Amino acid sequence: MLQVENLTVYYKTIRGYVQALEKATFTIADGEIMGLAGESGCGKTTLGHSLIHLRPPMNYIEGRVVLDGREVPVWDMEQMQEFRYRHISLIPQYAMNALNPTRKIGKMIAELLESRGVNFDEVLPELKRRLDLVQLSHDVLKMYPIELSGGMKQRTVMVVSTLLNPSLLIADEITSALDVSTQKAVCEMLVEFRDQGFVKSTIIITHDISILYQIADSILVMYAGQLSEKAPTETIFQDPRHPYTKMLIGSLPKVGVRHQEERLLGIPGSPPRLLNPPAGCRFRERCPVAFDRCVEVPPFLEISPGHSVACWRAY
Amino acid sequence: MLSLERVTKTYRLGAFGLQKLIAVRDVSFEIGERQIVSLIGESGSGKSTIGKLILRLIPITSGKICFEGTDISTLNGQSLKEYYRRVQGVFQDPFASFNPIFKADRIFRMVHDEFYPEMGAREWTEKVEATLRAVGLNPPDVLNKFPHQLSGGQLQRFLVARALLLDIHLLIADEIISMLDASTRVDVLNLLADLKARGLSILFITHDLSLGYYISERAIILYRGRIVEMGPTDKVYNRPLHPYTEMLMEAVPRLDRKWEKEIRVEREGGLAGSEGNGCVYASRCPQAMDICTQEEPDLREAEAGHFVACWAR
Amino acid sequence: MSQEQPKKVRSEFIYFAWRNVKLRIGVSILLAFVLFSIIGPFLAKHDPLEYVGPMGAPPSREYWFGTTTFGQDVFSQFAHGTRSTLLVGLLGGSIGTLVGILVGLIAGYRGGLVDEFLNMITNIILIIPTLAVLIIIAAYLSVRGIFMQSVFIGLTAWPWAARAIRAQTFSLRVREFVDLARMTGRSSLRIVFTEIAPNMMSYLLLVFILQFGGAVLNAATLDFIGLGPTKGTSLGLIMNNAVLWAALQLGQWWWLLPPGAAIAAIVGALYITNVGLDEIFNPKLREM
Repeated sequence: MLQVENLTVYYKTIRGYVQALEKATFTIADGEIMGLAGESGCGKTTLGHSLIHLRPPMNYIEGRVVLDGREVPVWDMEQMQEFRYRHISLIPQYAMNALNPTRKIGKMIAELLESRGVNFDEVLPELKRRLDLVQLSHDVLKMYPIELSGGMKQRTVMVVSTLLNPSLLIADEITSALDVSTQKAVCEMLVEFRDQGFVKSTIIITHDISILYQIADSILVMYAGQLSEKAPTETIFQDPRHPYTKMLIGSLPKVGVRHQEERLLGIPGSPPRLLNPPAGCRFRERCPVAFDRCVEVPPFLEISPGHSVACWRAY
Repeated sequence: MLSLERVTKTYRLGAFGLQKLIAVRDVSFEIGERQIVSLIGESGSGKSTIGKLILRLIPITSGKICFEGTDISTLNGQSLKEYYRRVQGVFQDPFASFNPIFKADRIFRMVHDEFYPEMGAREWTEKVEATLRAVGLNPPDVLNKFPHQLSGGQLQRFLVARALLLDIHLLIADEIISMLDASTRVDVLNLLADLKARGLSILFITHDLSLGYYISERAIILYRGRIVEMGPTDKVYNRPLHPYTEMLMEAVPRLDRKWEKEIRVEREGGLAGSEGNGCVYASRCPQAMDICTQEEPDLREAEAGHFVACWAR
Repeated sequence: MSQEQPKKVRSEFIYFAWRNVKLRIGVSILLAFVLFSIIGPFLAKHDPLEYVGPMGAPPSREYWFGTTTFGQDVFSQFAHGTRSTLLVGLLGGSIGTLVGILVGLIAGYRGGLVDEFLNMITNIILIIPTLAVLIIIAAYLSVRGIFMQSVFIGLTAWPWAARAIRAQTFSLRVREFVDLARMTGRSSLRIVFTEIAPNMMSYLLLVFILQFGGAVLNAATLDFIGLGPTKGTSLGLIMNNAVLWAALQLGQWWWLLPPGAAIAAIVGALYITNVGLDEIFNPKLREM
C-alpha cells in the first residue's frame, strides 16, 4: 500500500520554480492498478519519477511518502538506493530503446542484480518461469537487444523490472510506441503480474485514456500540477465530478460516434504556465462552472468511498 | 478527383542498394469530391509514404497518381506550383513543421511571396486574418509569435489556415492530431469536418481507429504497404472482412467495450515489406491456408463498395 | 507575458554566455590580440625590417622586446606579425568556412549524384596530405604574399567542415518545415539558404572558429619551415628567422618566445572559445 501526502515537487530554473506537482495526496491499495492521466505537462511524469528518483533540477519541497508502513525518503538520493528496484521499480518511457546494445540480455540482467546484491543464479529459475509466462523463449537471455522486436523488448523490460517483486511498479508510457496488437499484450501482462502477486500496486502513466479504461482499477486525473479527481475507473467514466474530468472524457471519440450525429467538444483554452501559476484552482480559467470561491485552492476531498475530487462545486 | 493506380514505392538499402524495401505496393484508390477518406495503418504500413507521394515530396517508383485527370509526375515548375495551389498537406508534428528560429506567421508570408505576389499588404493581412478566424483562431493572439509560444493545437490550425489561403481542393492530413492533447484533438477533428462542408476533400491518415470513424465516410486499411480492406466506414468497422482488420478492431483499446480477458501474444511478422509471394498477413493470420503463403490475394469487391484482399473471403 | 518571450530567449543566451568562464577567458584573450593588432603597429617606433639598433640586444626601454641578431626591433616585428597572422586566420578561415558551407549544404540537400560527386571531391582533398600540398605550392610560387597564403590554406581546409555540414543538412532536410517550403513551390537553392542554413548558425560559427584556428596554425607551420610570405612579416616568420639564426643557442629568448607564445595563445583562446560556445549552444552541456 502506498500513501502519498502533500507531496510537492518543483523544478528549479533560472527564472524561478516551475510548480510541477502541488500537494499530491492519495493512496494506492495493495493489488490496485492506478492509471495516472492528464495532458502533457500536467505533472504526471513528475509525480511518477518523484516517487523513485528525484534528481535535479527536481526539488523536493514538502510531503511524505509511505510504502507498506515504511517512510520512503524520496528527498534523499542515497537512502533511496535501498528502495529503488527492490521495493519501487520504474519502467521509464523509451526504456526498451535504452537497453545497452553491446550487452546480451542475460548479462545485463546479471549485472543489474549484482549491483543490488542479488545472486543471478538464485533468481534464474524464477526469471525463466516468468519469461515463460510472458511467452518469451529463454534464448532471449543469450540475445542482444537489437535481435528483439519492440514488443519482445518491452516484455523483457517488464519481466526484469518486476523480478524482485517490488511493492510498487511505475510504468511510464510503456505502450505508446507499440502497435495495437503488442500494446494489448503488454497491458494484459501488467494485469497478470498483479494477479500473480509479482507487484502489489501499479501506477500506469499514459496520455491514452482508453488504455486505462481497459485495465486500470482506478484513475487519477491531474491538471496543471494539481490532482483533480481519483475514483474507480467505472466512476470516472460514468459519474465524473470534476469539470475537467467531465470535459476530458466527453472529448474522446469512440468507435460508433460520428461527427454528423454527435459533435464532440474539446476544452477551449490551454493550461496555465507552471512558472508562477495563478492562485487557486488552476483549471479555473477554462472551467465553465467556475465561481468566486475558485480563487482558493479546493482541497482534494473524498466525497464517497474511493472517490476524491478537488472542486468547490463537487463537495 | 484524385486517383492512385497501382502505386508502388521501394527504397534501396544497404551497400550499393542491393536490398529493396517495399514501402508501398500496388496501391490503388480514389478520393472523390467532398469526401473524407481515412487511411488507417500501424507503423510501417506505408500510410505516410502514400501521403508524401501524393504531395510529390518523394518520387514514385511505379504506378500513377492522377489529380483531376493529370499525372502529377509530369508536373514541374509552374504547373507543380499550380498543383500545390490545389493540394496541400499538414503533418504530424506541429513543432517540426515550423522553422524554430522564425516567427510562426512566416509560413503565411511565404505563401504570399510565392502565390500572391501581386496582392497588396493590406488586402493580404485581411485575408490572413479572415482565414485564421475561419480555423477558430483569434488573430491578435497568434500573429507575430514564435512557434514555441503557441500550443500544438494552435500550430496545427495555423497549418490548416496556411493551406486554406490557397485555393485547395484536397488536404492531406497526416496524423495531424496524434501529438495533440486529448482536450484539443476533437476541435481539430471538427475543423476538418467543417472544411468538408466547405467543399474540400481530405485524406485523413491515422493509426487511431476511433478518430477515423468519427470523421470519415470511407476507410482504407493498410498492412505493410498493401491495402487489405477498404470500403464505407461503418461497414469496415462493424463488419470487418479481413482477419487483420478483425484483429485491429478487437485489440484497439476502445471506450465502448472492454477487451476479452486473455493474453494472446501476437505472432510478429518479419521485416516490413520483405519480399515474399503470399499474402503479407499470412505469417500472423490465424485463418491462413496453403494458398495464402503461395499467392497474393487481389483486392475484390465482397459487397457493394466494400473491398477485401483475402483468400478466406 | 508571452510577448516578451524572444527577448527572454536572447537574454538567456547572454546570461549563459556571461556565466561561461571558458568563453569569457577565450574571448578576452582574442579581443586583446585583435586590439593589439590594430594599435600595436602604431606603437612600434621602428620599421619591422629595417636594421635600427644594436645587434642581439635584450629587451630594454628603447627596444621593448629586444633586437634580432641583425639589429631589427622585435617588438615592431611582433606587432606587424600579429596583424598579418590574424589576417591570415580571418581570410583563410573565412574561405575554408564558405567553401565548406557551400559544398556541405548542396551535397546534403540535393543528395543523389550531386552528393556522390561532391563527396568524392571532399574525400580526395581530405586524404591528400594538406601540408605537403601547401609546401609544394608555396615552393613553386617565387613571390608569395599573405593573401595568396590565406587562399591556399582556405582552399585545402574545408573538407571536414563540408562533411560535418552535410551530415547536419541531411538531418534537417527531412524535417517537416522543409517539406512545407517545398509545397510552397520554393526553389531548392532558396530552401537551402532560407530554411536550412539559418538553423545551423550556431554550428557554422563553431566551424568558423575552428577554421580560423586551423588557418593560423597552418600559416605558422608554413612560415616556420621557410615557405611563408616572401615579403612582410608574420609571427611564424619571426620564429623561422629566430631558429634559422640560432636564437635559442645564443640565448636570445626574446626573439623566439613572444611569437611562439602569441601563436599558442591565439589558437588556445580560439579553442577555449569554441568549447565555451558549444556549452552555451548545447543546453545539455550547460552547467546549472
